[in-house]
Amino acid sequence: MSDALFTADFAATAWPAIALTLRLAAVTTVLLLLVGTPLAWWLARTPSRWREGAGALVTLPLVLPPSVLGFYMLVLMGPHGPLGQLTQALGWGPLSFTFTGLVMGSIVYSLPFAVQPLRAAFTEMGPRPIEVALTLGASPLNAFVTVALPQARHALLSAAVLSFAHTLGEFGMVLMIGGNIPGQTRVLSTLIYGHVEAMEYAQAHVLAAGMAVFAFVALLALAWLQGRQNSSRS
Amino acid sequence: MNGMDTLDIDLHLQRPAFALQVQLRLPTQGVTVLWGASGCGKTTLLRCLAGLEHADGHVHLQGIALQDDARGIFMPAWQRRVGLVFQEASLFGHLDVRGNLNYGLRRLPAQAQGTARLALDRAIEVLGIGGLLHRRTGTLSGGERQRVAIARALAMQPRLLLLDEPLAALDAARKREVLPWLNALRQHLQLPVVYVTHAPDEVAHLADTLVVLEQGRVRASGPVQAVLASVDVPVHLGDDVGALVTGTVCGGDAQWGLTRLSLPGLDAESGAALWVQGLSEAQASPVRLRILARDVSVTLTRAQDTSIQNHLPCTIEQIAASADPQQALLRLQAGDTRLLARLTTRAVHQLQLQPGQSVWAQIKAVSLVR
Repeated sequence: MSDALFTADFAATAWPAIALTLRLAAVTTVLLLLVGTPLAWWLARTPSRWREGAGALVTLPLVLPPSVLGFYMLVLMGPHGPLGQLTQALGWGPLSFTFTGLVMGSIVYSLPFAVQPLRAAFTEMGPRPIEVALTLGASPLNAFVTVALPQARHALLSAAVLSFAHTLGEFGMVLMIGGNIPGQTRVLSTLIYGHVEAMEYAQAHVLAAGMAVFAFVALLALAWLQGRQNSSRS
Repeated sequence: MNGMDTLDIDLHLQRPAFALQVQLRLPTQGVTVLWGASGCGKTTLLRCLAGLEHADGHVHLQGIALQDDARGIFMPAWQRRVGLVFQEASLFGHLDVRGNLNYGLRRLPAQAQGTARLALDRAIEVLGIGGLLHRRTGTLSGGERQRVAIARALAMQPRLLLLDEPLAALDAARKREVLPWLNALRQHLQLPVVYVTHAPDEVAHLADTLVVLEQGRVRASGPVQAVLASVDVPVHLGDDVGALVTGTVCGGDAQWGLTRLSLPGLDAESGAALWVQGLSEAQASPVRLRILARDVSVTLTRAQDTSIQNHLPCTIEQIAASADPQQALLRLQAGDTRLLARLTTRAVHQLQLQPGQSVWAQIKAVSLVR
């Protein structure tokens, strides 16, 4: 068992998968914060009657099986899907089975993990801090950046950690739209699945335990940071 | 008044279960208090002046159109330079006190920041918050928070300062702590202030102009002494109707611990002055007093053998019936000061009191505004 574990073969498959997984999670987290923050602000503030519908749509990935999400993303991005046709017309080719496709899928998949904490924070904050900033001469955008965002910093941190950790563990969706192409779409979760399929339990163990420990440490660090900030705030 | 030294307001707002219909021309000198019960539209009116809500109509401040629907003008809140202090101080928790004070100042044009810095230093001094600058906002008391919020609004050099019940969230002790600071500020500020409250003592302390709002409409408005001395539309400040009188310290009687106050238009040396207990103000300082209508009675000649110390020669201006048919409300003119007296209709009849008649007002009690 230990012989198989430390072969050059294992390292050759594991490291690219780890690197790809981290890159996917990082890119997804950054994009999610850029998309999710204004979306959460809109959901927390708008009097629009579309709000609840939009809110439910954002929450949907939380309850849908990833394979369902992945299936529709595949249909959308594949050579015959509307998005696929658009990207082909632009000369980029279809997005399915590419890293870009994975990123887009991950954004949808982890969207509720970014939006929910931010929406809750913006709702709790209420309109008052922004109104104060406006009467002090800050433009609406400036007030948002200099008052709403700093006051929602705990939620921003939560959104980032949860999005990152959740994207790391993505599996069904990846399999659907990315397949398992080494160096391009083979992430840790699909690699583990491959090892199990091939009865290489030892390798699967190392990777699976690594991921479990990482997720635990990330959540623990988040809880610790927020506990510390809460106690210093009041 | 050609609009250059007034705040002209004409606003209409229809909401379900609430309508605001306000036309006012307010002086830009001193403090205007918007007074009325909760739900009368005071706060909504203030938010419209700040640009946080949009009612129909116009608002012109010293000739500047903050809003003029007829001309399609609605200046957004952040361009108005109208300071607003909310009931809860709403300090920015992610900044310390200094950071809060600088927030508005930093958003002024660079050439205006030097003057603003001086004004802020002055406000810090007048409001007594110099020792708090490096504190986190979470460690401040309610009264300190409110004083910081006021200084923060002043730091961006507002054209107009709006205060929305700034003391309402404070307990009585904190309120007594902040009120003198506000009073000091009132004497130093060179800008128009609109102050919303439903607390009688704040009206008595701070108002130069009083606007009484009732169910979204203006019931009375004008100089505070005139509005409070009106018998047609009696304004109850909580307890009872009563006049607000400004006197000047002009002597005292150390033996009995009394201070003598002269009133404008009356000769204090001839005895037409008020004696007040427990006053420590220096000679020539102005003092505000409340004299309730029920504490004033009328004699035809100056009574000699009475325990009442305060007698003022007056002319009866007006005699009005009150809601109670047994009682009448009289408006008296003593020099330039107006008093209200509540008498029984029987007494009015027996003494054959008439408007224009000269009488003496006997004042049983005065309460200092402090």
